[in-house]
Amino acid sequence: MTEAGPKLFYGNYLNKNVFSRNTDKNGLRFKKWKIYTMDRNEKLVLGKYEFNSRFILGSGKYSLDLIKAAVENAGAEIITLALRRAVSGVDSILDYIPKGVKLLPNTSGARNADEAVRIARLSREVCESDMVKIEIMRDSKYLLPDNYETIKATEILAKEGFVVMPYMYPDLNVARDLYNAGAASVMPLAAPIGSNKGICTKDFIRILIDEIDLPIIVDAGIGRPSQACEAMEMGASAVMANTAIATAGDVPAMAESFKKAVEAGRTAYMTGMGRVLEKGADPSSPLTGFLED
Amino acid sequence: MITLNGKEKDYLNITVEELLVKEGYENIRVAIELNGEIIRRNSFGRTLIKDGDNVEVVSFVGGG
Repeated sequence: MTEAGPKLFYGNYLNKNVFSRNTDKNGLRFKKWKIYTMDRNEKLVLGKYEFNSRFILGSGKYSLDLIKAAVENAGAEIITLALRRAVSGVDSILDYIPKGVKLLPNTSGARNADEAVRIARLSREVCESDMVKIEIMRDSKYLLPDNYETIKATEILAKEGFVVMPYMYPDLNVARDLYNAGAASVMPLAAPIGSNKGICTKDFIRILIDEIDLPIIVDAGIGRPSQACEAMEMGASAVMANTAIATAGDVPAMAESFKKAVEAGRTAYMTGMGRVLEKGADPSSPLTGFLED
Repeated sequence: MITLNGKEKDYLNITVEELLVKEGYENIRVAIELNGEIIRRNSFGRTLIKDGDNVEVVSFVGGG
């Protein structure tokens, strides 16, 4: 086979990455022309805070003794917490969270915007962190977020200076309203909370990623590292998981697995995925016969 | 009589700080709501709880 001239084709279109490919007698050679035009080390920006880790860890449903190892193995820089009536004589979860990890209180238990605002203000008193994950549910069977009340709470808390991260059902119009209300990110659900079912709402999360100029953090329902990786490959800014890790056979080991998956997916997204052929094949090895010129 | 986290308790003329010690919350980081209003930490020592007051003491637990 004679040498072909550089054949240009377009890769996965992230910032129009252009690859050229030379085929010669020595085999196939790929040459990068323009790649990584986006900063692969770009930080996750949430309001006034910046993070290197793109994996947010939940702290529910597993032993306090495992939290430190889970946080460290996950490389997590943010951990979520819930606020409830205090019980005396019980260890405080705050004593088990490594220093330097940002606390992200959620408003679980809130059934409307007013209750979420109340929980957020109390949480800020406890931990002096002004980050809050808004979670407003009206039923305990499906635990689906009340998007309307979530927008109301976001508006109030953003005005009070909170870094507001609303958990929501992935709806483009609601995401736009949350943006206008001052949200620092949008946290669409992948599947019902605690279900470990994976990204059931994939097409709708993709719309948010394409259209909303805020970090999109896929939250709830992610059950496996491969699903976290998939969310990141799609262009999600971060992934949050709790039950997937809490219900795993080995909590710290699964935390590590998620960390690797999130990083792999992020790098893949930033690199630009290889193209998919509609039909036919494209040899990876030289098309010359063995021992032929 | 006051209501503390939904339960009636026999306290009279006690400060928030004293209440937290008596109830065993002194080593937990908590937030206090007195009749629906948040009491700042630096006011615990001088905020008096009166008869009929409703006190909520909250703290963090694991959550997602």
